[in-house]
Amino acid sequence: MDNAAIDHIINKYQGQARFLIQILMEIQEENRWLPREVLKTVSEKLDVSFRQVMRIATMYKTFSLVPKGHNEIHICMGNACHVRGAERLLKEVQELTGIKPGETDSDGKFSLEIGCCRGNCCSGPVMEIGGKTQDKMSPAEALKNYE
Amino acid sequence: MSKILIKIDGREFEASEGMTILQAAKEVGVEIPTLCYYEKLEPYGGCRLCTVEAEIRGRSKLVAACLYPVEKDLIVRTRTEKVDQIRKMLLELMLAHAPASRDLQAYAEEYGADKNRFQKESSFCIHCGLCVRYCAEIKKKEVITFVDRGTNREISFIPEIASQECENCKECFPLCPTEALQAAYVLTQALSFPSLQSVTE
Amino acid sequence: MARINSAAELEERRLGILSKRDPNKLCIAVCNGNGCSGRNEGIISVFTEELGKQSLDGKVDVRATGCHGFCEKGPFVVIYPEEICYTGVTLEDVPEIVAQTVVGNQVVDRLVYTDPATGEKAVRQSDIPYYKNQTRLLMGNNPMINPKDIDEYLALGGYAGLSKALFEMTPEQVLEEIKKANLRGRGGGGFPAGSKWETTRNAPEKVKYVIVNGHEGEPGAFMDRALFTGNPHLVLEGLIIGAYAIGSHLGFIYTRHDSPELLANIRTALKQAEEYGLLGKDIMGSGFDFEVEVHFDIGIFVSGESSALMRSIEGKAPEPTPKYIRTSVSGIWGKPSNLNNIETWANVPQIISKGSEWYSTIGTERSKGTKLISFFGNVCNTGVVEVPFGTSLKEIVYGFGGGIPNGKKLKAVHFGGAMGGSLPASMIDTPLDFDGLAKVGAQIGAGALMVLDEDTCMVDLARFFMKFLSEESCGKCVPCREGVRQMLNILTNITEGKGKEGDIELLEEISEVVGEAALCSLGRTAPAPLLGMLNYFRDEFEAHIKEKRCPAHFCKNLQ
Repeated sequence: MDNAAIDHIINKYQGQARFLIQILMEIQEENRWLPREVLKTVSEKLDVSFRQVMRIATMYKTFSLVPKGHNEIHICMGNACHVRGAERLLKEVQELTGIKPGETDSDGKFSLEIGCCRGNCCSGPVMEIGGKTQDKMSPAEALKNYE
Repeated sequence: MSKILIKIDGREFEASEGMTILQAAKEVGVEIPTLCYYEKLEPYGGCRLCTVEAEIRGRSKLVAACLYPVEKDLIVRTRTEKVDQIRKMLLELMLAHAPASRDLQAYAEEYGADKNRFQKESSFCIHCGLCVRYCAEIKKKEVITFVDRGTNREISFIPEIASQECENCKECFPLCPTEALQAAYVLTQALSFPSLQSVTE
Repeated sequence: MARINSAAELEERRLGILSKRDPNKLCIAVCNGNGCSGRNEGIISVFTEELGKQSLDGKVDVRATGCHGFCEKGPFVVIYPEEICYTGVTLEDVPEIVAQTVVGNQVVDRLVYTDPATGEKAVRQSDIPYYKNQTRLLMGNNPMINPKDIDEYLALGGYAGLSKALFEMTPEQVLEEIKKANLRGRGGGGFPAGSKWETTRNAPEKVKYVIVNGHEGEPGAFMDRALFTGNPHLVLEGLIIGAYAIGSHLGFIYTRHDSPELLANIRTALKQAEEYGLLGKDIMGSGFDFEVEVHFDIGIFVSGESSALMRSIEGKAPEPTPKYIRTSVSGIWGKPSNLNNIETWANVPQIISKGSEWYSTIGTERSKGTKLISFFGNVCNTGVVEVPFGTSLKEIVYGFGGGIPNGKKLKAVHFGGAMGGSLPASMIDTPLDFDGLAKVGAQIGAGALMVLDEDTCMVDLARFFMKFLSEESCGKCVPCREGVRQMLNILTNITEGKGKEGDIELLEEISEVVGEAALCSLGRTAPAPLLGMLNYFRDEFEAHIKEKRCPAHFCKNLQ
């Protein structure tokens, strides 16, 4: 991500340090991860210590300090999905992709994340790929669509 | 500053408005155990070892002495059975991480805490945050930070800044209530292998 | 569109919107809620296309609405003005609906709801027992509103409450009305909203803030986003009225980042309200100024805790920072900050419009009004219902939920997620009530009700909640971080057949310390689900430990 793109995002918030979280969020959305160099740039431009930026970047699940795959798989481990077999689903997806939660496969195709409740409890256990619920489909079929 | 009459462990004292229970107790020589407290730093309320019973208008509650401000007619009890039970358990929980800490051992003796009660997970760190806060509040260098969350929370030196600042400072080491060496160890590791420092590990 | 500059102009605008409408014009309302939209993506464009083929462009409206609530039977399509309701609609059904119902004025029988108990059909949505038996004061307008169009909210009398507050009442009178209505916070604690408002109003600092807590981090709670996504102006109107009563000129909406539809609807609502002069400077010409900023939770449970949430709005790490001063006195940047959740704010406009006396007739003696409940788990129907306080849990589980699937028996219901409590099946007659449920150890929390059948292992569930907290807390204080870590160790051991004599007592001892010494309310309530389960299901824990047996046959190492 280049400086101009970062500047563009920071300028949207008039460079105000109190919007640090929103700024990191937009960078994450655009770049899909937060490279250390980018975090340093943000810290300098907002005049917020690098420590504070790191604190926030490591606290929230949404942020990633390592590159993410092209398609993010998100498996809900909330209690509604738990009682409907989320753990079985997770195991199946792990076997299919060969990666564990927090990892990205070697060709950068998929990242696997677990998290909880997107409020779609009636479809549980819920798997999202690229933000889309994969409903009424086996994990294998769903993954095939994104290969 | 106006004076307020409070009672600590049955004795009446005058405290100044704006003081915390811990400050008031210290002034009159009543000992309250602490681990994350350091008078030069903002109170943090993390270790909870300074938990005491505070009674106000007939209602009693357990509060952290380092944070709770004195108020008129406050009655403080620093060594009730409940308070001692809480401190004992907190010490046992922390001893699972830093069984060799002298500070912890001394308190453990006083409160009858068993250092082997819980499954050991020797991380040495009890997350008092003294190093993190000292570096930020006093030294204004912000070299050390907490990373991650929940039970994965850790302290981490930021190598890029540490390599420039820490060599001539190291003032945080003696503040560490567990092992001063731990801070040094993490720091050395950060300086020697900056590329291995993944903050999400 | 021009600004609205007085109460009269608001009414004029409303009548203007209505006069342009043809009450007989067909409108196809398609549920675009979380549950439905995932199953029939693109249905709106398929409808538009199909109407085009029949040369009906512009002659029939197609409206994407928020959640209708009966998620299990979705996707829903309702055709107004006759309110013909179709359930389980797929993309393939669209041509038939257009040909039969829109063109031919015939009901497509196979898409009509059939009551599984009686076999009776219900053509109109409001005749479906699931809807008929609710009191939908907040959710009722969802099917009738396009949340992206402020006119549709105005047409139904929207912002009349704000108009009344601004022009017919003093801030003190508004506050008094909320206090008289005994509106209690829907976010978990059930704290009286009026007293909270008053504290903020009376705090000496002049600058005050109001906040919508739309964090909804409790897993399984999805009613707040259903309401906020489907009817954003209702919440916004409540917030502006609250700001007026409290004397605040800046508000914050703290909401989820992972629901694009919600975010889009909030942003559109704010923009449209501002264009209409209902937000910003000199609202409706009353002289009252109020602005709103949007902030996000981006994935940590603890940021729903009030002080952590406020740190997050300041741009800092969301860690609780209790200083024994209420946030209503010293919150964001040390200023008095009044925080209420989505559902609480949504109750405000109707209390002002219809009065506290009317409001007090709904609910129980000490819990007034309705409550949104999302229910899920081992239950035939998953969805959101809105019922008056006092409704029995049995009515929710069996009446609305349709009972337990696969012929299984009900074992327990669990309220309030990782900080709530479970009740055994024998207590299913307990009425919905803040205090009554708290007394038996099942805090309503935000209102997420999990139904559990006989195959559920309570020990495993306790372990599950503890794991959740170990990952979703901030880790700042020793009792919560270390206590939860050790309780999770012990519970994991028990589910793996490695439980020891004395484990239960140790769990109770740790729970007590965590409950009393933790720094924030999240930490202090962390042991609640476990303690409730130990209370009602102790024999199950004992069977795991002493007999190495899982009575529910769930724990793999114990079979």
